[in-house]
Amino acid sequence: MSRKTLIPIGPYHPLQEEPELFKLYCDGEIVKDIQWVTGYNHRSIEKLSESKTYEQVFFLVERICGICSTSHPFAFANAVEEIAGIEPTDRAKYIRSIIGELERIHSHLLWVGLAGHFLGYNTVFMWAWKYREPVLDLFEMITGNRNSYAMFKVGGVRRDIESHKIAAIRKIMSDVKHKTDLLTGAVMDDPVIHARTKGVGILTRQDVIDYAAVGPTARASGVAIDVRKDDPYAAYPLVNWKVITAEAGDVFAKAQVRLLEMYESISIIEQCLNGLEKTKEGDITVKINEIPEGTGNGRAEAPRGEVFHFVVSDGSNSPARHKIRAPSYVNIATFKKSCIGQTISDATITLAGVDPCYCCTERMAVVYDANSGKRIMNARELIDRSISRSLDLRKEINSNK
Amino acid sequence: MENDPIIEKLKEEFKPDIVEVTVKNQKRVTVTIRPVAILNVAGYLYKSAGFRFIIASAVHTRRGFEIHYHFSRDSSGLILNLHVILDRNNPEIESLSNMFNATNWIEREMHELFGINFLNHPNQDKLISEGNWAEGVYPYRKDFKSVTEDKK
Repeated sequence: MSRKTLIPIGPYHPLQEEPELFKLYCDGEIVKDIQWVTGYNHRSIEKLSESKTYEQVFFLVERICGICSTSHPFAFANAVEEIAGIEPTDRAKYIRSIIGELERIHSHLLWVGLAGHFLGYNTVFMWAWKYREPVLDLFEMITGNRNSYAMFKVGGVRRDIESHKIAAIRKIMSDVKHKTDLLTGAVMDDPVIHARTKGVGILTRQDVIDYAAVGPTARASGVAIDVRKDDPYAAYPLVNWKVITAEAGDVFAKAQVRLLEMYESISIIEQCLNGLEKTKEGDITVKINEIPEGTGNGRAEAPRGEVFHFVVSDGSNSPARHKIRAPSYVNIATFKKSCIGQTISDATITLAGVDPCYCCTERMAVVYDANSGKRIMNARELIDRSISRSLDLRKEINSNK
Repeated sequence: MENDPIIEKLKEEFKPDIVEVTVKNQKRVTVTIRPVAILNVAGYLYKSAGFRFIIASAVHTRRGFEIHYHFSRDSSGLILNLHVILDRNNPEIESLSNMFNATNWIEREMHELFGINFLNHPNQDKLISEGNWAEGVYPYRKDFKSVTEDKK
């Protein structure tokens, strides 16, 4: 009988919505099965939401995820505004979209950095995170916070973007665009990155449909779904942009989709800034009196895919039921398809390909023998294995030149 | 307002099973059906009509347990809420997980938090509170009292 090795990855990943534990069952180098355990830090936000007023729920849902902290208030605002039948002002719509797109840029840069790190490209990691800093500074300037921006409310936004800030935003956007060019060039031209990510962790179109995956994970497999286009909200119908897709479904395609999406985000922000200049300063909220009885389906395209909020109102000042679906909930399930059959050294980048925020793998993963429970390898060694594979490939490619 | 052809088709195809159709606008439709028809109607939406499953929400109301299955047709931005009302004392419904994988976790979660039984589900183990929650206590039901509430 062949010896199966259990590799636990997790459980704590503070950057993700919920911490979780992946158990990889391996036979030699090959991952044979994967299991998923969660609930380590279940905060019961859906239940808590029922005891808070609509105004308070925004601050609650903002804390679901640290990286995409504006996508949940975005979807919740869409749901509640659907119940109340409110349309925010154009200026509020532009501001909402600017915040949403800035968040996409910083989240994708973060992902590129982490993916680089897993492949042994710490320079990519350093670059990407360095270029992400000005975006966070921009957030601080606009909202007062580098994260958890507290910008949304029913019927509009809480803070205006004053006209004198627009020039500074344009300047940082053009810098970010320049740096994205550098980063994209470096990632797309590197033969080792091609060798490590092409054909790795493939999700077919049918897998995506079967698991109902969303966001860049779906778009990299040729499924062109994007809530911003399909069910437009905020300022997205007012600006020109295109949905980025790729066909291969592997990790390289996912990276490609994310990198190219950043250009679209930059272009959306520039068009929204033009829009801001045409609207009246300070016109950012619509007055609402009460939330009537009814149900609302709100969705927003987060960096990782569609965020969905379902709100049932009974006419009181707090939701009667509030269901939240974050994109990782459906995307993580696809590991069952993409990981099995991969080698251990490819497993980390395959898992990271979905962007479940992997900063903790390093500290938490330990390889055990499934039969005896003896420790074989820790996460550092696991990532080292992935890194050394890149080094070997680089040598091989260089010697073939 | 003109009705979406897909809604007309649903009404025609599953006439005896449809209880109510509420069209809020062109992008938000709720179709209430009898629980026994869930496999047929959801199967039709997923296989023939090209809908994507978003998520399902269970709600505990005076009428009993209600489930909204949210389906999305991305080509037109339509969200179709398939709505069923289950018995208050014995909430159970056929599982959709054998048809497509996307419902697997959410059905486990609803079983765990609301005590709704999904028939023929491949694995109804606890998803969130494995090993640290009592059997038969369902925290998301409206009659659930936490320990601190009990002490008051």
